[in-house]
Amino acid sequence: MSSHLELFAQLTANGVAVGSIYALVALGIVLIHKATEVLNFAHGDLLVVAAFSAWALIDKAGLSFWLVLPLVALAMGVLAYGIDALVVRRIVGQPQFAGVMLTIAIAFMMRGLVSMGFGTESQSYATPWTGSSTEILGITVADLSLVIMGSVLLIAALLWLFFRYTRLGIAMQAASQNQLAAHLNGVRVKRVNSLVWALAGVTAAVAGIFLAPITLVDTSLWLITLKALAAIVLGGFGSLPGAVIGGILIGLIEQYAGVYLMHGVKDIAAYLVLILVLILRPTGIMGEAHGRRV
Amino acid sequence: MRFDYHTQYRQGFALLPHTSDRVLYGLLIALLLAVPFFASTYLLGELGYVLILCIAAMGLMVLTGFTGQVSLGHASFVAIGAYAHAWLMTQGLPFALSLPLAALISAGAGLVVGIPAIRVSGLYLAMVTLAFSIVVEQVIGLWRGVTGGFMGMLVPNPDLLGLSLSSPRAFYYVCLFFTLAVLLVLLNLMRSGIGRSFVGVRDSEAAAYALGIPVKRVKVGAFGLSAGVTGLAGALMAHHIGYLTPDAFTLLLSLDLVLMVVIGGMGSLRGAILGAILISLLPRAVAALKALLPDAMARQSGMEIFVAGAVLAFFVLFEPMGLNGRWLKLRALWESFPLYRRDTFRRQKSYMRSERNR
Repeated sequence: MSSHLELFAQLTANGVAVGSIYALVALGIVLIHKATEVLNFAHGDLLVVAAFSAWALIDKAGLSFWLVLPLVALAMGVLAYGIDALVVRRIVGQPQFAGVMLTIAIAFMMRGLVSMGFGTESQSYATPWTGSSTEILGITVADLSLVIMGSVLLIAALLWLFFRYTRLGIAMQAASQNQLAAHLNGVRVKRVNSLVWALAGVTAAVAGIFLAPITLVDTSLWLITLKALAAIVLGGFGSLPGAVIGGILIGLIEQYAGVYLMHGVKDIAAYLVLILVLILRPTGIMGEAHGRRV
Repeated sequence: MRFDYHTQYRQGFALLPHTSDRVLYGLLIALLLAVPFFASTYLLGELGYVLILCIAAMGLMVLTGFTGQVSLGHASFVAIGAYAHAWLMTQGLPFALSLPLAALISAGAGLVVGIPAIRVSGLYLAMVTLAFSIVVEQVIGLWRGVTGGFMGMLVPNPDLLGLSLSSPRAFYYVCLFFTLAVLLVLLNLMRSGIGRSFVGVRDSEAAAYALGIPVKRVKVGAFGLSAGVTGLAGALMAHHIGYLTPDAFTLLLSLDLVLMVVIGGMGSLRGAILGAILISLLPRAVAALKALLPDAMARQSGMEIFVAGAVLAFFVLFEPMGLNGRWLKLRALWESFPLYRRDTFRRQKSYMRSERNR
């Protein structure tokens, strides 16, 4: 294989791996936005909380990774449920901007609590796949990346099945389409919305636990929210498959931009994509069929 | 209770209709003018900084509070103003010429960012401005020839007609002058036809359009005006900091500005000023609070950001009208003392209103 092609293949593999994480974060944000029309700026900080708790449990308390994963996921689900039930639910009926401000406030508080509780130093922890890699068709892929891609696909498939076939999933769809009509049909809209938050919290926990070993456990992990926003916009706002596709595309674009474009573009590629998509094609790739103003 | 009895038209549109207001605001200005004679150099510097933030917050208020366009990236206009001013001054332009030019350059950038506002609004606009500010931060870091890149750039000392303005006292007066000037200009502009068209676009685009207001032009114009005022604040900020680096104008500054506007209370310049004062004093208050706490707790970092978040959450949940709303309530209580009715300001029960199909 020529070196050019090899580089391209390697970049693609890395891009899909990073993009899978973006997709997972984007998925959580879209879930909440579809259900409650709140754009959750605190999602990245849920990731931070998950990563730090996983670090504390694995590195400090010495628990096994397989125990920590469900434990943290459950805890984050409960936390997200609580955030909605106790705080965010109160601003129903106010303009969207109030939701943005409130979630930014929650994000600040969580970030402050994390650095008060766990310190501000960057940490890291080991997973069962740390350090090992597999060779596929001549390109080396870290095992952790493969696991991430696999789990993102798994979560996306589970979500699809959940929304398609379970009562609760259908109730969630109903509540997101028309709250009043759903309420009149016996859907407990408040509880269902809080459960959507819990679901998003679980995806945030998984994303945080897998992302932290790749980068570092750090409060700046929340910046991934911004990349996820670019992914959501590219995929088409409010579309779950769009979020996954957008996330992977943003990951690829970043990797290619880092090598093929001039120095420094890699860091802003996602944001340039966001601006261009919103100006040129606001519905994104998988935008909803009926016209909606953005 | 106070009943107005007007005998002349000009009484109807006086900025301060009541004698008590005139006396109180006159005393406030006299106090602000007198501060340098008894305050320490450190305090003067801090006060100057608060005044600069007041200007920036007023700039954002024009856009977010009056026109209803959310911007999460106003730090980029502060940065553009600051760098433009510093660069123009290193090219040999005098302070008095470079300052308005910097504001104009920033306003030009605002017009460019305002163009997407024609097509996108609400959350989407917030995301465009957010992305823009991150891009600007990176561009400043990479554009070494003009901005000095991540190494930073020294800001020349300001002087006016041979008179040095770099002493804290002189610079405080410069900041005070521009704060009052911007306040007066915006106060009058916001109750002129231009300001009313801003408010019209905020409250209902369709109605404004039907009444003959050029909605697109108003939106872009509001961006330009807001960016210009914020750029002026940035130019003054350049002198306050003295040495510009890109990390002085991060996302956190943008969010701080939004915090000021929201906590101050949407749609009022008084709110912008109150919010700017509160947010800029918050870190000092937290530092003072830390001194009272036990040592182990006082060394923790992260308390500043926690308190900022808690204050913001408190205002969003319990006082959506912000500090200005609280001020209006207190004044109503004072003016109608034994007969104050709480329900005047009570929020009505509200239901979820979708913004999906506007």
